[in-house]
Amino acid sequence: MAGRASVQADKKSLALPQVPKIAIYLVGFIPAIWLFYAGITDQLGADPMRYLEQGLGLWALRFLIATLTITPLRQLFNINLLRYRRALGLIAFYYAALHLVTYLVLDQGLDVSAIVADIVKRPYITIGMATFVILVPLALTSNNASIRRMGGQAWAKLHRLVYLAAIGAALHFLLVVKSWPPEPLVYAAIVAVLLGYRLIRSTMKKTSPRRRLA
Amino acid sequence: MLIRRPTDIPPSEITPREVYFNRRQWMAGAAGLALATALPRSLEAAPLSSAKSPFSTDEKKTSREDITSYNNYYEFGTGKEDPAAKAGSLKTSPWTVKIDGMVGKPAEFAIEDLIKSSALEERIYRMRCVEGWSMVIPWVGFPLADLVKRVEPLGSAKYVAFETAYRPEEMPGVESIFPVLDWPYVEGLRLDEAMNPLTILAVGLYGETLPNQNGAPIRLVVPWKYGFKGIKSITRISFVDKQPETSWNKQAPSEYGFYANVNPSVDHPRWSQATERRIGEGGLFVKRRPTLMFNGYAEQVASLYTGMDLRKLY
Repeated sequence: MAGRASVQADKKSLALPQVPKIAIYLVGFIPAIWLFYAGITDQLGADPMRYLEQGLGLWALRFLIATLTITPLRQLFNINLLRYRRALGLIAFYYAALHLVTYLVLDQGLDVSAIVADIVKRPYITIGMATFVILVPLALTSNNASIRRMGGQAWAKLHRLVYLAAIGAALHFLLVVKSWPPEPLVYAAIVAVLLGYRLIRSTMKKTSPRRRLA
Repeated sequence: MLIRRPTDIPPSEITPREVYFNRRQWMAGAAGLALATALPRSLEAAPLSSAKSPFSTDEKKTSREDITSYNNYYEFGTGKEDPAAKAGSLKTSPWTVKIDGMVGKPAEFAIEDLIKSSALEERIYRMRCVEGWSMVIPWVGFPLADLVKRVEPLGSAKYVAFETAYRPEEMPGVESIFPVLDWPYVEGLRLDEAMNPLTILAVGLYGETLPNQNGAPIRLVVPWKYGFKGIKSITRISFVDKQPETSWNKQAPSEYGFYANVNPSVDHPRWSQATERRIGEGGLFVKRRPTLMFNGYAEQVASLYTGMDLRKLY
């Protein structure tokens, strides 16, 4: 995704105030803390479990989308937020994990047969689970040691799975609702634009002369 | 009983737009309760007196707050909080219900007259949504059969078709750029289902006239069927000889059938119908309970479907 070009691009990128990465984590977890607090204190409306479950899932998708905006922001608007991408990706993973735990424990009450039946029979659950499984190796290798061990190219190749995860997450959202309400369609459209941008750029790179790169 | 409704609500009475939007954002931020309880319950709730009914369940009733704040009424948006926030714009007075089709006495009832001339009963029914949640709701209404008898259906009438109001200027959801359903909302019952004593037209809730988000001023309640059969804000009831079209069936025929009987052994193609969450029970730690055949009303209605394959006619 990012690749080597990022370092060179740094020079001309806009001067942005350097926020410590820990701040991204602290801010990123505010919605989760609030959701749990509001849920326990009965402030999530008539169906708090569903609100918590969907809220966590939605935040996972939002952070996943945030990681996908880093590259276009840099390439198109010269805004370099690359140093925050790992934090955003990990937060997305943590939200996905909390969303999954909420489904397993609070929604299904750890009823193994119901859960297995859901995974096998319900495409949206199958897709949701597959999406989470894809995110696991990405989260496990989101550290400098992994990049060194794997080598930059192999690492980048593995992390292209995030595109598949974004498609899975958007589909999972679309399939869980009745009819075609606006919200999941809007998220699916955002994912489509972010991935479509990459597709167009990579085809242009392939067809245009090398010197036009970077 | 006395139904007094202001014909004109002064603009000062209507919750300003900013308040709605603030409230929506607040809810989205998951902090809605404080503000939600501060909002008026309903702009025009009037008390309704009613007789008790042996058909009522003695299960714990879902709170009025939950029943009136967690609704599916897509004419006002697809969010569960949308109807409570936006249905205030629906003008329910004056209101007429037109009865036409294969009847000896076609009629157009003013809602006040219809209520005045009907014997109102409280019916505390389980309500099972196709989405997998349920409530226990103290409706006030009268048997649909009473109305059917008054208009004298012809022998040729086999089905009853219902239609909801279609008012784009009062219903922000119907002109959305994402058409969720083909408006107006339509529903239908077989004539024998319509005549079943459990089937009611509800005009009230918790002893008061219906809040708009629950389908004011008059809606259908068929407790053994999924909630979407309970068409809201009815303007027209037609007696027909062919099975009428129904909104959700048109939208996704493989997912929503004409019958839509609550049935734990026939799953929705995308989710299980074997269990349900009872709203207001257990909060975050709600335990699923098994869904009952015909929503627990098998004794009264199972005979309507003898010999039918309910897997095919879902």
